Amino acid sequence: MEAAVDAFYRKVLSDDTVAHFFDDVDMDRQRAKQKAFLTMAFGGPHNYSGKDMRTAHARLVVNGLNDAHFDAIVGHLGATLAELGVAPDLIQQVAAIAESTRADVLGR
Amino acid sequence: MPTVTFGNRSCELAQGETVLDGLLRHDIPAVHACKTGSCGSCMLRAVSGQVPEVSQIGLKDAWRARGYFLPCVCRPTEDIEIGETAGDIRVAARIASLVPLSGNVLQVRLVLDGPFEFRAGQYLTLIAGDTLARSYSIASIPSDGPLELHVRRMPNGQMSTWLFDDAHEGDAVRIQGPSGECFYVPGRPDQPLLLVGTGTGLAPLYGIVRDALACGHRGPIHLFHGALRPEGLYLVDELNALAAAHSNFTYTPTTDPIERAVAGSIPKLDGYRAFVCGDPAVVQLLKRKIFLAGAAMREIHADAFLPSAA
Repeated sequence: MEAAVDAFYRKVLSDDTVAHFFDDVDMDRQRAKQKAFLTMAFGGPHNYSGKDMRTAHARLVVNGLNDAHFDAIVGHLGATLAELGVAPDLIQQVAAIAESTRADVLGR
Repeated sequence: MPTVTFGNRSCELAQGETVLDGLLRHDIPAVHACKTGSCGSCMLRAVSGQVPEVSQIGLKDAWRARGYFLPCVCRPTEDIEIGETAGDIRVAARIASLVPLSGNVLQVRLVLDGPFEFRAGQYLTLIAGDTLARSYSIASIPSDGPLELHVRRMPNGQMSTWLFDDAHEGDAVRIQGPSGECFYVPGRPDQPLLLVGTGTGLAPLYGIVRDALACGHRGPIHLFHGALRPEGLYLVDELNALAAAHSNFTYTPTTDPIERAVAGSIPKLDGYRAFVCGDPAVVQLLKRKIFLAGAAMREIHADAFLPSAA
């Protein structure tokens, strides 16, 4: 899990189309959140609520966060898991759980 | 509104006011520095009344259990009585020497009157008089004897102005701490280490390098020290001598942008353990660059120097 979070986060920060959304965030806190998110996406225990997702991303939506950015992040997540040898059907499940947060993340 | 009692004085807090602001508004002397719940300088002990949990975040369990809290972030909902604090959390010390290391950095050595356990790279709070406190990284290692701090002269800085202009050998101060997670942990002696700092961010790194070498670290140790101008680089002779004495240690002083100096010398940082200290903006940038160059997040230890509020 540690390696997956690092690899995922590294991809996101290396992608100029989305990296600027992370300019002002504390990396340690962000990494903890990404770990919690991955745990959830793999069906593990979590305490995320739709409201948390909505509140956490509200400022980013004001700054232009849109579907293309969301797709890019989901793409990085899938690519990370594929590199780590995760089976395609499991990646599909993870992507579906990520997809289920789209409306909250984008404030719709 | 809740009332705060401190010795034979008491004050009623205004709506939303912190305990620290209430005390200061009533001219009740209270040590403080960052006013954001980070540095720990202002810690007090409640002997009666319940303090909000948020005012105890980050304190050791043993301190929490005895009622210690941070008045700068404490907005109580009931009356509080504050008891004696000094003896068990603060150590009396004397200034042993004051030596300029560069035009605007002063080496302050302290001799302590009591025990003080720390790891090289941690920081402490230096307290002068009744209310003045500032946090400084420890540049020495425990076996050095006196504690060494590197103090940069800040424009209108109360503590640095006192240390540079008015303090003398033998002057009494107090210290509190230590705090901080940026230090060397023995083990994996062949792992490559990267230490990067700007300005007086060199202080904790100087301790960490010497600690790692004293612990027998065998892997390569790279220290980069950045400054805007050549005169901002200090301890150059000492660090060059250390590099001459230890073949696995390299020292790179630079006035180039520090992240470029690091990337130019070591483009890939997979497997590295990194220590980053100094100005918060530089620390954030370096953490990101070091991570993107391949270091694992949990291998990046950082200490960003927080500004003081007053």
